Amino acid sequence: MTLKYDSTLKYAETDEWAKVEDDVVVVGISDYAQDALSDIVYVELPEVGDEIGAGDAVATVESVKAASDINSPVSGEVIEVNEALEDTPEMINEDPYGAWIFKVKASDLAELDALMDADAYEAFNENREH
Amino acid sequence: MRYIPHTEAERQAMMAAIGIQDIDELFAAVPADYRYPQLDLPEPMTEMEVMRELEMMAADNANLREFASFLGAGAYNHFVPAVVDTIISRGEFYTAYTPYQPEISQGTLQAAFEYQSMVAALTGMEVVNASHYDGATAVAEAAVMAVNIQRHKRRTILISPTLHPQYRQVLRTYTQGMDLKIVGDELEGHDFHALIDMCNKDTALVVVQNPDFLGKLHTPQEMQDLADAVHAKGALLAVATDPIALGLLTPPGDYGADIVTADGQVLGNGLNFGGPYLGIFAFRAKHMRKSSGRLVGETVDVDGNKGYVLTLSTREQHIRREKATSNICSNQALNALVAAVYLAAMGKHGLRKAAELSWHKAHYAAQKIDQLPAYGVANDTPFFKEFVVTCPRPVSEINQYLLEEYGIIGGYDLSQDYPELGNAMLLCVTEMNTREEIDDLVTALQEAANPQIRLEVTQ
Repeated sequence: MTLKYDSTLKYAETDEWAKVEDDVVVVGISDYAQDALSDIVYVELPEVGDEIGAGDAVATVESVKAASDINSPVSGEVIEVNEALEDTPEMINEDPYGAWIFKVKASDLAELDALMDADAYEAFNENREH
Repeated sequence: MRYIPHTEAERQAMMAAIGIQDIDELFAAVPADYRYPQLDLPEPMTEMEVMRELEMMAADNANLREFASFLGAGAYNHFVPAVVDTIISRGEFYTAYTPYQPEISQGTLQAAFEYQSMVAALTGMEVVNASHYDGATAVAEAAVMAVNIQRHKRRTILISPTLHPQYRQVLRTYTQGMDLKIVGDELEGHDFHALIDMCNKDTALVVVQNPDFLGKLHTPQEMQDLADAVHAKGALLAVATDPIALGLLTPPGDYGADIVTADGQVLGNGLNFGGPYLGIFAFRAKHMRKSSGRLVGETVDVDGNKGYVLTLSTREQHIRREKATSNICSNQALNALVAAVYLAAMGKHGLRKAAELSWHKAHYAAQKIDQLPAYGVANDTPFFKEFVVTCPRPVSEINQYLLEEYGIIGGYDLSQDYPELGNAMLLCVTEMNTREEIDDLVTALQEAANPQIRLEVTQ
Protein backbone atom coordinates (compact mmCIF):
# COMPACT_ATOMS: atom_id res chain seq x y z
CA MET A 1 0.00 0.00 0.00
CA THR A 2 1.38 3.42 -0.88
CA LEU A 3 1.60 5.92 1.90
CA LYS A 4 -0.29 9.14 1.51
CA TYR A 5 1.14 12.62 1.86
CA ASP A 6 -0.97 15.77 2.13
CA SER A 7 0.80 18.64 0.40
CA THR A 8 -1.04 21.25 2.48
CA LEU A 9 0.64 20.03 5.69
CA LYS A 10 4.07 20.36 7.25
CA TYR A 11 5.83 17.38 8.81
CA ALA A 12 8.22 16.76 11.69
CA GLU A 13 11.01 14.17 11.70
CA THR A 14 9.15 12.54 14.56
CA ASP A 15 6.17 12.01 12.19
CA GLU A 16 3.69 14.58 13.40
CA TRP A 17 1.92 16.74 10.85
CA ALA A 18 0.96 20.36 11.47
CA LYS A 19 -1.66 22.49 9.79
CA VAL A 20 -1.77 26.23 10.37
CA GLU A 21 -5.18 27.87 10.78
CA ASP A 22 -4.45 31.55 11.54
CA ASP A 23 -2.46 31.42 14.78
CA VAL A 24 -3.71 27.94 15.66
CA VAL A 25 -1.70 24.85 14.78
CA VAL A 26 -3.55 21.57 14.33
CA VAL A 27 -1.45 18.46 15.06
CA GLY A 28 -1.83 14.82 14.07
CA ILE A 29 0.38 11.94 12.98
CA SER A 30 1.31 10.98 9.42
CA ASP A 31 0.16 8.06 7.35
CA TYR A 32 3.71 6.72 7.66
CA ALA A 33 3.42 6.82 11.48
CA GLN A 34 0.04 5.12 11.70
CA ASP A 35 1.19 2.47 9.25
CA ALA A 36 4.33 1.80 11.29
CA LEU A 37 2.38 1.66 14.55
CA SER A 38 -0.38 -0.56 13.09
CA ASP A 39 -3.66 -0.86 15.02
CA ILE A 40 -3.97 2.07 17.38
CA VAL A 41 -5.81 1.15 20.56
CA TYR A 42 -5.45 4.20 22.76
CA VAL A 43 -4.66 7.89 22.53
CA GLU A 44 -3.68 9.80 25.63
CA LEU A 45 -4.61 13.40 24.93
CA PRO A 46 -3.16 16.54 26.49
CA GLU A 47 -5.48 18.75 28.51
CA VAL A 48 -6.99 21.97 27.26
CA GLY A 49 -5.09 24.80 28.90
CA ASP A 50 -1.73 22.98 29.04
CA GLU A 51 1.16 25.31 28.26
CA ILE A 52 3.53 23.38 26.05
CA GLY A 53 6.87 23.95 24.34
CA ALA A 54 8.00 22.92 20.87
CA GLY A 55 9.35 19.38 21.02
CA ASP A 56 7.51 18.49 24.26
CA ALA A 57 5.94 15.05 24.42
CA VAL A 58 2.34 16.06 25.06
CA ALA A 59 0.30 13.07 23.91
CA THR A 60 0.84 9.34 23.57
CA VAL A 61 -0.45 7.02 20.90
CA GLU A 62 -0.55 3.39 21.88
CA SER A 63 -0.86 0.65 19.32
CA VAL A 64 -0.78 -3.10 19.63
CA LYS A 65 2.97 -2.76 18.98
CA ALA A 66 4.19 0.27 20.89
CA ALA A 67 3.46 3.39 22.87
CA SER A 68 4.72 6.48 21.03
CA ASP A 69 5.08 10.04 22.20
CA ILE A 70 3.51 12.77 20.15
CA ASN A 71 5.66 15.87 20.28
CA SER A 72 4.25 19.29 19.73
CA PRO A 73 5.89 20.99 16.75
CA VAL A 74 5.14 24.38 18.25
CA SER A 75 5.00 26.19 21.60
CA GLY A 76 1.80 27.63 22.96
CA GLU A 77 -1.40 26.69 24.75
CA VAL A 78 -3.52 23.64 24.00
CA ILE A 79 -6.94 25.02 23.10
CA GLU A 80 -8.74 21.91 21.89
CA VAL A 81 -8.25 18.14 21.92
CA ASN A 82 -9.98 15.58 19.74
CA GLU A 83 -11.97 13.79 22.41
CA ALA A 84 -13.53 11.47 19.85
CA LEU A 85 -10.18 9.64 19.81
CA GLU A 86 -10.76 8.45 23.37
CA ASP A 87 -13.50 6.13 22.18
CA THR A 88 -12.45 5.61 18.57
CA PRO A 89 -8.64 5.73 18.39
CA GLU A 90 -8.80 3.70 15.17
CA MET A 91 -9.84 6.92 13.39
CA ILE A 92 -6.11 7.66 13.15
CA ASN A 93 -5.52 4.44 11.20
CA GLU A 94 -8.48 5.13 8.94
CA ASP A 95 -7.83 8.78 8.21
CA PRO A 96 -4.52 10.04 9.65
CA TYR A 97 -4.81 13.48 8.10
CA GLY A 98 -8.42 13.92 9.17
CA ALA A 99 -8.02 12.58 12.72
CA TRP A 100 -6.25 15.52 14.33
CA ILE A 101 -5.11 15.03 17.92
CA PHE A 102 -4.81 18.50 19.46
CA LYS A 103 -4.79 22.20 18.55
CA VAL A 104 -2.26 24.69 19.89
CA LYS A 105 -2.62 28.45 20.00
CA ALA A 106 0.94 29.06 18.84
CA SER A 107 3.13 31.63 20.52
CA ASP A 108 5.68 31.61 17.69
CA LEU A 109 4.67 30.30 14.27
CA ALA A 110 8.25 30.66 13.07
CA GLU A 111 8.99 27.43 14.97
CA LEU A 112 7.20 25.63 12.15
CA ASP A 113 9.93 26.66 9.72
CA ALA A 114 11.95 23.74 11.05
CA LEU A 115 9.38 21.31 9.63
CA MET A 116 9.46 19.64 6.21
CA ASP A 117 6.97 20.01 3.38
CA ALA A 118 5.30 16.88 1.98
CA ASP A 119 7.96 16.26 -0.68
CA ALA A 120 10.84 16.59 1.75
CA TYR A 121 9.08 14.33 4.28
CA GLU A 122 8.42 11.71 1.62
CA ALA A 123 12.09 11.77 0.64
CA PHE A 124 13.02 11.61 4.34
CA ASN A 125 10.88 8.49 4.81
CA GLU A 126 12.31 6.78 1.75
CA ASN A 127 15.79 7.07 3.20
CA ARG A 128 14.82 5.72 6.64
CA GLU A 129 15.79 2.37 7.87
CA HIS A 130 12.84 0.22 8.65
CA MET B 1 24.97 -37.65 40.41
CA ARG B 2 24.62 -34.24 38.89
CA TYR B 3 22.61 -33.88 35.75
CA ILE B 4 24.54 -31.66 33.36
CA PRO B 5 23.15 -31.91 29.85
CA HIS B 6 26.25 -30.75 27.98
CA THR B 7 28.74 -33.27 26.67
CA GLU B 8 32.43 -32.73 27.16
CA ALA B 9 32.77 -32.07 23.41
CA GLU B 10 30.11 -29.35 23.62
CA ARG B 11 31.86 -27.76 26.58
CA GLN B 12 35.16 -27.73 24.74
CA ALA B 13 33.50 -26.17 21.68
CA MET B 14 31.90 -23.44 23.79
CA MET B 15 35.13 -22.71 25.64
CA ALA B 16 37.02 -22.51 22.33
CA ALA B 17 34.39 -20.13 20.97
CA ILE B 18 34.84 -17.67 23.84
CA GLY B 19 38.59 -18.22 24.05
CA ILE B 20 39.11 -19.85 27.43
CA GLN B 21 41.01 -22.97 28.40
CA ASP B 22 39.26 -23.76 31.64
CA ILE B 23 35.83 -23.14 33.18
CA ASP B 24 37.53 -21.53 36.19
CA GLU B 25 38.54 -18.61 33.98
CA LEU B 26 34.87 -17.58 33.89
CA PHE B 27 35.08 -16.86 37.61
CA ALA B 28 38.30 -14.83 37.41
CA ALA B 29 36.41 -11.66 38.36
CA VAL B 30 35.51 -13.18 41.75
CA PRO B 31 38.37 -12.65 44.24
CA ALA B 32 40.15 -15.96 44.83
CA ASP B 33 39.35 -15.99 48.56
CA TYR B 34 35.64 -15.97 47.86
CA ARG B 35 35.61 -18.44 45.05
CA TYR B 36 35.27 -21.69 46.93
CA PRO B 37 34.43 -20.72 50.51
CA GLN B 38 34.34 -23.41 53.16
CA LEU B 39 30.71 -23.99 54.08
CA ASP B 40 30.07 -24.78 57.70
CA LEU B 41 27.41 -27.41 57.13
CA PRO B 42 26.31 -30.23 59.43
CA GLU B 43 26.97 -33.83 58.48
CA PRO B 44 24.60 -35.32 55.91
CA MET B 45 21.48 -36.99 57.30
CA THR B 46 19.20 -39.75 56.10
CA GLU B 47 15.67 -38.98 54.98
CA MET B 48 14.36 -40.36 58.28
CA GLU B 49 16.68 -38.13 60.27
CA VAL B 50 15.80 -35.07 58.20
CA MET B 51 12.06 -35.70 58.73
CA ARG B 52 12.58 -35.98 62.48
CA GLU B 53 14.67 -32.84 62.60
CA LEU B 54 12.18 -30.80 60.58
CA GLU B 55 9.24 -32.07 62.60
CA MET B 56 10.97 -31.02 65.80
CA MET B 57 11.61 -27.56 64.37
CA ALA B 58 7.99 -27.31 63.19
CA ALA B 59 6.78 -28.29 66.66
CA ASP B 60 8.36 -25.13 68.05
CA ASN B 61 5.76 -23.06 66.18
CA ALA B 62 2.39 -22.34 67.69
CA ASN B 63 -0.33 -23.39 65.28
CA LEU B 64 -3.99 -22.63 64.97
CA ARG B 65 -5.09 -26.19 65.52
CA GLU B 66 -3.83 -26.06 69.09
CA PHE B 67 -4.04 -22.37 69.88
CA ALA B 68 -7.05 -20.07 69.80
CA SER B 69 -6.21 -16.83 67.99
CA PHE B 70 -7.70 -13.39 68.40
CA LEU B 71 -5.01 -11.75 66.31
CA GLY B 72 -6.03 -10.00 63.12
CA ALA B 73 -4.72 -6.61 62.04
CA GLY B 74 -4.47 -7.49 58.38
CA ALA B 75 -4.01 -11.28 58.41
CA TYR B 76 -7.06 -13.25 59.39
CA ASN B 77 -7.94 -16.75 60.44
CA HIS B 78 -10.99 -17.55 58.32
CA PHE B 79 -12.26 -20.95 57.31
CA VAL B 80 -10.60 -22.56 54.29
CA PRO B 81 -12.75 -25.25 52.65
CA ALA B 82 -10.79 -28.43 51.82
CA VAL B 83 -11.71 -28.10 48.16
CA VAL B 84 -9.37 -25.11 47.86
CA ASP B 85 -6.18 -27.11 48.45
CA THR B 86 -7.45 -30.00 46.38
CA ILE B 87 -7.99 -27.84 43.33
CA ILE B 88 -4.91 -25.67 43.56
CA SER B 89 -2.72 -28.75 44.05
CA ARG B 90 -3.50 -29.94 40.54
CA GLY B 91 -0.29 -29.82 38.52
CA GLU B 92 -1.89 -27.80 35.74
CA PHE B 93 -2.43 -24.95 38.20
CA TYR B 94 0.28 -25.53 40.76
CA THR B 95 3.27 -25.56 38.44
CA ALA B 96 2.09 -23.23 35.70
CA TYR B 97 3.93 -19.97 35.27
CA THR B 98 2.28 -16.65 34.40
CA PRO B 99 0.44 -17.27 31.13
CA TYR B 100 2.45 -15.49 28.48
CA GLN B 101 1.16 -17.94 25.91
CA PRO B 102 -2.61 -17.65 25.99
CA GLU B 103 -3.15 -20.40 23.45
CA ILE B 104 -1.73 -23.02 25.81
CA SER B 105 -2.95 -21.65 29.12
CA GLN B 106 -6.70 -21.52 28.70
CA GLY B 107 -7.37 -23.04 32.11
CA THR B 108 -5.14 -20.56 33.91
CA LEU B 109 -6.64 -17.67 31.99
CA GLN B 110 -10.18 -18.84 32.65
CA ALA B 111 -9.40 -19.09 36.36
CA ALA B 112 -8.02 -15.54 36.33
CA PHE B 113 -11.07 -14.33 34.43
CA GLU B 114 -13.42 -15.94 36.95
CA TYR B 115 -11.41 -14.47 39.83
CA GLN B 116 -11.68 -11.01 38.26
CA SER B 117 -15.40 -11.41 37.61
CA MET B 118 -16.23 -12.55 41.14
CA VAL B 119 -14.12 -9.84 42.76
CA ALA B 120 -15.76 -7.24 40.51
CA ALA B 121 -19.15 -8.40 41.77
CA LEU B 122 -17.93 -8.40 45.37
CA THR B 123 -16.40 -4.91 45.28
CA GLY B 124 -19.06 -3.38 43.04
CA MET B 125 -16.39 -2.25 40.60
CA GLU B 126 -16.21 -2.55 36.82
CA VAL B 127 -12.69 -3.85 36.31
CA VAL B 128 -10.43 -6.06 38.43
CA ASN B 129 -6.86 -6.90 37.47
CA ALA B 130 -5.29 -10.33 37.71
CA SER B 131 -3.96 -9.29 41.18
CA HIS B 132 -1.02 -7.74 42.98
CA TYR B 133 1.26 -9.08 45.69
CA ASP B 134 -0.75 -8.15 48.77
CA GLY B 135 -3.04 -5.55 50.27
CA ALA B 136 -0.15 -3.16 50.93
CA THR B 137 1.26 -3.18 47.40
CA ALA B 138 -2.27 -2.81 46.04
CA VAL B 139 -2.60 0.47 47.98
CA ALA B 140 0.78 1.60 46.63
CA GLU B 141 -0.32 0.76 43.08
CA ALA B 142 -3.52 2.76 43.67
CA ALA B 143 -1.34 5.80 44.42
CA VAL B 144 0.77 5.25 41.30
CA MET B 145 -2.38 4.82 39.19
CA ALA B 146 -3.99 7.96 40.58
CA VAL B 147 -0.92 10.06 39.87
CA ASN B 148 -0.91 8.72 36.33
CA ILE B 149 -4.62 9.46 35.92
CA GLN B 150 -3.89 13.00 37.13
CA ARG B 151 -1.03 13.20 34.60
CA HIS B 152 1.46 13.85 37.39
CA LYS B 153 -0.05 17.31 37.86
CA ARG B 154 -1.31 16.39 41.32
CA ARG B 155 1.31 14.81 43.51
CA THR B 156 -0.14 14.51 47.00
CA ILE B 157 -1.53 11.27 48.36
CA LEU B 158 -3.75 11.83 51.36
CA ILE B 159 -3.94 8.84 53.68
CA SER B 160 -6.13 8.26 56.66
CA PRO B 161 -4.50 7.61 60.05
CA THR B 162 -6.65 4.49 60.25
CA LEU B 163 -5.26 2.99 57.06
CA HIS B 164 -3.21 -0.09 58.05
CA PRO B 165 0.14 1.20 59.42
CA GLN B 166 2.10 -1.30 57.35
CA TYR B 167 0.21 -0.32 54.18
CA ARG B 168 1.26 3.26 54.88
CA GLN B 169 4.89 2.19 55.27
CA VAL B 170 4.83 0.16 52.08
CA LEU B 171 3.20 3.05 50.21
CA ARG B 172 6.03 5.35 51.30
CA THR B 173 8.74 2.84 50.45
CA TYR B 174 7.16 1.95 47.13
CA THR B 175 6.81 5.51 45.89
CA GLN B 176 10.27 6.72 46.94
CA GLY B 177 11.78 8.62 44.07
CA MET B 178 8.41 9.49 42.54
CA ASP B 179 8.53 12.87 44.27
CA LEU B 180 5.12 12.43 45.89
CA LYS B 181 3.89 13.99 49.07
CA ILE B 182 2.24 11.45 51.34
CA VAL B 183 0.39 13.10 54.20
CA GLY B 184 -2.73 12.91 56.32
CA ASP B 185 -1.86 10.09 58.70
CA GLU B 186 -0.39 12.59 61.15
CA LEU B 187 -3.93 13.81 61.86
CA GLU B 188 -5.19 13.12 65.35
CA GLY B 189 -8.90 12.80 64.67
CA HIS B 190 -10.02 9.60 63.05
CA ASP B 191 -13.07 10.95 61.25
CA PHE B 192 -12.97 12.11 57.67
CA HIS B 193 -13.57 15.84 58.20
CA ALA B 194 -9.95 16.70 58.86
CA LEU B 195 -8.91 14.61 55.88
CA ILE B 196 -11.40 16.38 53.61
CA ASP B 197 -10.11 19.75 54.85
CA MET B 198 -6.60 18.77 53.79
CA CYS B 199 -7.74 17.77 50.31
CA ASN B 200 -6.68 20.42 47.80
CA LYS B 201 -5.80 20.90 44.16
CA ASP B 202 -2.54 19.00 44.57
CA THR B 203 -4.33 15.93 45.97
CA ALA B 204 -4.29 13.06 43.49
CA LEU B 205 -5.79 10.42 45.74
CA VAL B 206 -7.38 10.00 49.14
CA VAL B 207 -6.95 6.55 50.67
CA VAL B 208 -9.14 5.32 53.51
CA GLN B 209 -9.87 1.90 54.92
CA ASN B 210 -13.33 0.53 55.63
CA PRO B 211 -13.72 -1.25 58.00
CA ASP B 212 -10.74 0.78 59.17
CA PHE B 213 -7.65 -0.54 60.91
CA LEU B 214 -9.21 0.04 64.33
CA GLY B 215 -12.30 -1.92 63.32
CA LYS B 216 -14.61 1.02 62.75
CA LEU B 217 -17.26 0.62 60.10
CA HIS B 218 -18.02 3.78 58.18
CA THR B 219 -21.60 3.86 56.93
CA PRO B 220 -22.31 3.96 53.19
CA GLN B 221 -23.62 7.50 53.69
CA GLU B 222 -20.40 8.65 55.39
CA MET B 223 -18.41 7.04 52.59
CA GLN B 224 -20.57 8.60 49.89
CA ASP B 225 -20.17 12.02 51.51
CA LEU B 226 -16.42 11.48 51.59
CA ALA B 227 -16.38 10.42 47.93
CA ASP B 228 -18.44 13.45 46.92
CA ALA B 229 -16.16 15.83 48.83
CA VAL B 230 -13.02 14.25 47.38
CA HIS B 231 -14.42 14.32 43.84
CA ALA B 232 -15.52 17.95 44.25
CA LYS B 233 -11.86 18.77 44.81
CA GLY B 234 -10.85 16.87 41.69
CA ALA B 235 -9.17 14.03 43.54
CA LEU B 236 -9.84 10.31 43.43
CA LEU B 237 -10.87 8.00 46.27
CA ALA B 238 -9.35 4.63 47.01
CA VAL B 239 -10.90 2.36 49.62
CA ALA B 240 -8.98 -0.51 51.19
CA THR B 241 -11.47 -3.05 52.42
CA ASP B 242 -12.03 -6.54 53.83
CA PRO B 243 -13.47 -8.91 51.22
CA ILE B 244 -15.19 -11.01 53.91
CA ALA B 245 -17.01 -7.90 55.17
CA LEU B 246 -18.31 -7.37 51.64
CA GLY B 247 -20.29 -10.58 51.98
CA LEU B 248 -22.52 -8.60 54.30
CA LEU B 249 -21.90 -4.90 53.71
CA THR B 250 -22.31 -2.34 50.93
CA PRO B 251 -19.45 -2.66 48.42
CA PRO B 252 -17.21 0.40 47.93
CA GLY B 253 -18.26 0.57 44.27
CA ASP B 254 -21.72 1.59 45.49
CA TYR B 255 -20.45 4.59 47.44
CA GLY B 256 -18.21 6.28 44.90
CA ALA B 257 -14.79 4.66 45.26
CA ASP B 258 -12.61 5.04 42.16
CA ILE B 259 -10.20 2.30 43.20
CA VAL B 260 -10.83 -0.55 45.63
CA THR B 261 -7.98 -2.53 47.16
CA ALA B 262 -7.91 -5.37 49.63
CA ASP B 263 -5.80 -8.20 50.88
CA GLY B 264 -7.34 -11.34 49.45
CA GLN B 265 -5.67 -13.52 52.06
CA VAL B 266 -9.05 -13.91 53.75
CA LEU B 267 -10.49 -15.54 50.63
CA GLY B 268 -9.27 -19.08 51.22
CA ASN B 269 -5.59 -18.27 51.58
CA GLY B 270 -4.37 -19.51 54.93
CA LEU B 271 -2.24 -17.37 57.20
CA ASN B 272 0.78 -18.99 55.51
CA PHE B 273 3.30 -17.57 58.02
CA GLY B 274 2.65 -14.10 56.60
CA GLY B 275 2.64 -14.81 52.89
CA PRO B 276 2.20 -15.20 50.01
CA TYR B 277 -0.96 -13.13 50.11
CA LEU B 278 -3.10 -11.60 47.43
CA GLY B 279 -3.45 -7.98 46.37
CA ILE B 280 -6.95 -7.25 45.17
CA PHE B 281 -7.14 -4.29 42.81
CA ALA B 282 -10.41 -3.04 41.31
CA PHE B 283 -11.24 0.18 39.52
CA ARG B 284 -13.54 2.06 37.15
CA ALA B 285 -13.44 1.14 33.47
CA LYS B 286 -12.68 4.70 32.43
CA HIS B 287 -9.31 4.49 34.18
CA MET B 288 -8.40 1.13 32.67
CA ARG B 289 -5.51 2.48 30.59
CA LYS B 290 -3.79 3.82 33.67
CA SER B 291 -4.16 0.66 35.67
CA SER B 292 -1.37 -1.63 36.65
CA GLY B 293 -1.13 -5.35 36.11
CA ARG B 294 -2.91 -7.54 33.63
CA LEU B 295 -6.51 -7.96 32.66
CA VAL B 296 -7.76 -11.27 31.40
CA GLY B 297 -10.78 -11.16 29.13
CA GLU B 298 -13.22 -13.51 27.48
CA THR B 299 -13.43 -13.52 23.71
CA VAL B 300 -14.28 -15.79 20.79
CA ASP B 301 -11.90 -17.41 18.34
CA VAL B 302 -12.32 -17.37 14.53
CA ASP B 303 -14.77 -20.26 14.78
CA GLY B 304 -16.86 -18.50 17.39
CA ASN B 305 -15.70 -20.66 20.30
CA LYS B 306 -15.33 -19.07 23.71
CA GLY B 307 -11.73 -18.42 24.73
CA TYR B 308 -9.66 -16.39 27.15
CA VAL B 309 -6.84 -13.96 26.44
CA LEU B 310 -4.67 -11.38 28.13
CA THR B 311 -6.90 -8.54 27.01
CA LEU B 312 -4.78 -5.76 28.36
CA SER B 313 -1.48 -5.38 30.04
CA THR B 314 -1.03 -1.68 30.31
CA ARG B 315 2.27 -0.03 29.75
CA GLU B 316 4.60 -2.15 31.77
CA GLN B 317 8.31 -1.98 31.89
CA HIS B 318 8.77 -4.57 29.19
CA ILE B 319 7.09 -2.24 26.71
CA ARG B 320 8.54 1.16 27.55
CA ARG B 321 10.05 1.43 30.95
CA GLU B 322 10.09 5.22 31.18
CA LYS B 323 6.48 5.39 30.04
CA ALA B 324 5.32 2.56 32.24
CA THR B 325 2.21 3.16 34.32
CA SER B 326 3.51 0.53 36.72
CA ASN B 327 6.58 -1.60 37.02
CA ILE B 328 4.63 -4.58 38.23
CA CYS B 329 4.77 -7.27 35.56
CA SER B 330 3.64 -10.13 37.70
CA ASN B 331 0.75 -11.24 39.84
CA GLN B 332 -0.21 -13.79 42.44
CA ALA B 333 -1.82 -16.26 40.07
CA LEU B 334 -2.05 -19.19 42.46
CA ASN B 335 -3.40 -17.06 45.31
CA ALA B 336 -5.92 -15.49 42.96
CA LEU B 337 -6.98 -18.99 41.96
CA VAL B 338 -7.40 -19.78 45.66
CA ALA B 339 -9.70 -16.78 46.02
CA ALA B 340 -11.70 -17.86 42.97
CA VAL B 341 -12.11 -21.42 44.28
CA TYR B 342 -13.00 -20.10 47.73
CA LEU B 343 -15.62 -17.71 46.41
CA ALA B 344 -17.09 -20.39 44.15
CA ALA B 345 -17.19 -22.89 47.03
CA MET B 346 -18.64 -20.50 49.58
CA GLY B 347 -21.08 -18.84 47.22
CA LYS B 348 -23.02 -15.71 48.01
CA HIS B 349 -24.71 -17.28 51.02
CA GLY B 350 -21.60 -18.95 52.40
CA LEU B 351 -19.64 -15.71 52.28
CA ARG B 352 -22.49 -13.87 53.94
CA LYS B 353 -22.60 -16.56 56.63
CA ALA B 354 -18.85 -16.23 57.31
CA ALA B 355 -19.31 -12.47 57.61
CA GLU B 356 -22.35 -12.76 59.86
CA LEU B 357 -20.70 -15.28 62.17
CA SER B 358 -17.61 -13.09 62.44
CA TRP B 359 -19.80 -10.08 63.21
CA HIS B 360 -21.91 -11.84 65.86
CA LYS B 361 -19.00 -13.56 67.59
CA ALA B 362 -16.97 -10.34 67.62
CA HIS B 363 -19.91 -8.49 69.18
CA TYR B 364 -20.46 -11.24 71.73
CA ALA B 365 -16.77 -11.02 72.70
CA ALA B 366 -16.86 -7.22 72.85
CA GLN B 367 -19.94 -7.25 75.07
CA LYS B 368 -18.35 -9.73 77.52
CA ILE B 369 -15.02 -7.91 77.63
CA ASP B 370 -16.70 -4.55 78.13
CA GLN B 371 -18.28 -5.96 81.30
CA LEU B 372 -14.87 -6.61 82.83
CA PRO B 373 -14.14 -3.77 85.27
CA ALA B 374 -10.52 -3.36 84.19
CA TYR B 375 -11.18 -3.37 80.47
CA GLY B 376 -13.19 -1.28 78.06
CA VAL B 377 -14.20 -1.51 74.44
CA ALA B 378 -13.09 1.76 72.86
CA ASN B 379 -15.30 1.55 69.76
CA ASP B 380 -18.44 3.63 70.29
CA THR B 381 -19.48 3.27 66.65
CA PRO B 382 -20.31 0.15 64.60
CA PHE B 383 -17.51 -2.30 63.95
CA PHE B 384 -17.19 -5.53 61.99
CA LYS B 385 -14.90 -8.28 63.34
CA GLU B 386 -12.23 -6.19 65.08
CA PHE B 387 -12.43 -3.77 67.98
CA VAL B 388 -10.11 -1.89 70.31
CA VAL B 389 -9.86 -2.96 73.95
CA THR B 390 -8.29 -0.66 76.50
CA CYS B 391 -6.25 -2.66 78.98
CA PRO B 392 -5.10 -2.18 82.58
CA ARG B 393 -1.45 -3.02 81.83
CA PRO B 394 0.83 -3.28 78.79
CA VAL B 395 -0.61 -5.50 76.08
CA SER B 396 2.65 -7.43 75.73
CA GLU B 397 2.29 -8.60 79.36
CA ILE B 398 -1.34 -9.59 78.90
CA ASN B 399 -0.60 -11.48 75.71
CA GLN B 400 2.21 -13.36 77.45
CA TYR B 401 -0.26 -14.50 80.12
CA LEU B 402 -2.91 -15.50 77.57
CA LEU B 403 -0.39 -17.56 75.63
CA GLU B 404 1.28 -19.27 78.56
CA GLU B 405 -1.74 -19.94 80.76
CA TYR B 406 -4.50 -20.44 78.20
CA GLY B 407 -2.85 -21.17 74.85
CA ILE B 408 -4.53 -18.09 73.46
CA ILE B 409 -2.89 -15.82 70.91
CA GLY B 410 -4.02 -12.37 72.01
CA GLY B 411 -4.74 -9.23 70.05
CA TYR B 412 -2.51 -6.81 68.19
CA ASP B 413 -0.58 -4.45 70.46
CA LEU B 414 -1.63 -0.98 69.30
CA SER B 415 0.99 0.83 71.40
CA GLN B 416 3.45 0.41 68.53
CA ASP B 417 1.38 2.34 66.01
CA TYR B 418 -1.13 4.32 68.06
CA PRO B 419 0.67 5.24 71.32
CA GLU B 420 -2.02 7.84 72.02
CA LEU B 421 -4.45 5.01 72.71
CA GLY B 422 -2.41 3.91 75.74
CA ASN B 423 -2.49 0.23 76.65
CA ALA B 424 -4.80 -0.93 73.90
CA MET B 425 -5.13 -4.09 71.86
CA LEU B 426 -6.94 -4.71 68.61
CA LEU B 427 -8.93 -7.91 69.03
CA CYS B 428 -10.19 -9.91 66.10
CA VAL B 429 -12.93 -12.54 66.21
CA THR B 430 -13.89 -14.63 63.20
CA GLU B 431 -16.22 -17.54 62.49
CA MET B 432 -13.31 -19.80 63.52
CA ASN B 433 -13.47 -18.75 67.18
CA THR B 434 -15.76 -20.92 69.27
CA ARG B 435 -17.85 -19.62 72.12
CA GLU B 436 -15.63 -21.58 74.53
CA GLU B 437 -12.55 -19.84 73.18
CA ILE B 438 -14.20 -16.46 73.61
CA ASP B 439 -15.29 -17.28 77.17
CA ASP B 440 -11.75 -18.49 77.95
CA LEU B 441 -10.37 -15.25 76.55
CA VAL B 442 -12.66 -13.23 78.82
CA THR B 443 -11.61 -15.28 81.85
CA ALA B 444 -7.94 -15.01 80.95
CA LEU B 445 -8.17 -11.25 80.44
CA GLN B 446 -9.81 -10.86 83.81
CA GLU B 447 -7.05 -12.85 85.51
CA ALA B 448 -4.33 -10.97 83.65
CA ALA B 449 -5.70 -7.72 85.04
CA ASN B 450 -4.86 -8.83 88.56
CA PRO B 451 -1.81 -6.81 89.62
CA GLN B 452 -0.75 -9.73 91.86
CA ILE B 453 0.17 -11.61 88.71
CA ARG B 454 3.71 -10.71 87.90
CA LEU B 455 4.52 -11.01 84.27
CA GLU B 456 7.92 -10.85 82.75
CA VAL B 457 7.92 -10.33 79.05
CA THR B 458 10.61 -12.41 77.48
CA GLN B 459 12.08 -10.96 74.35
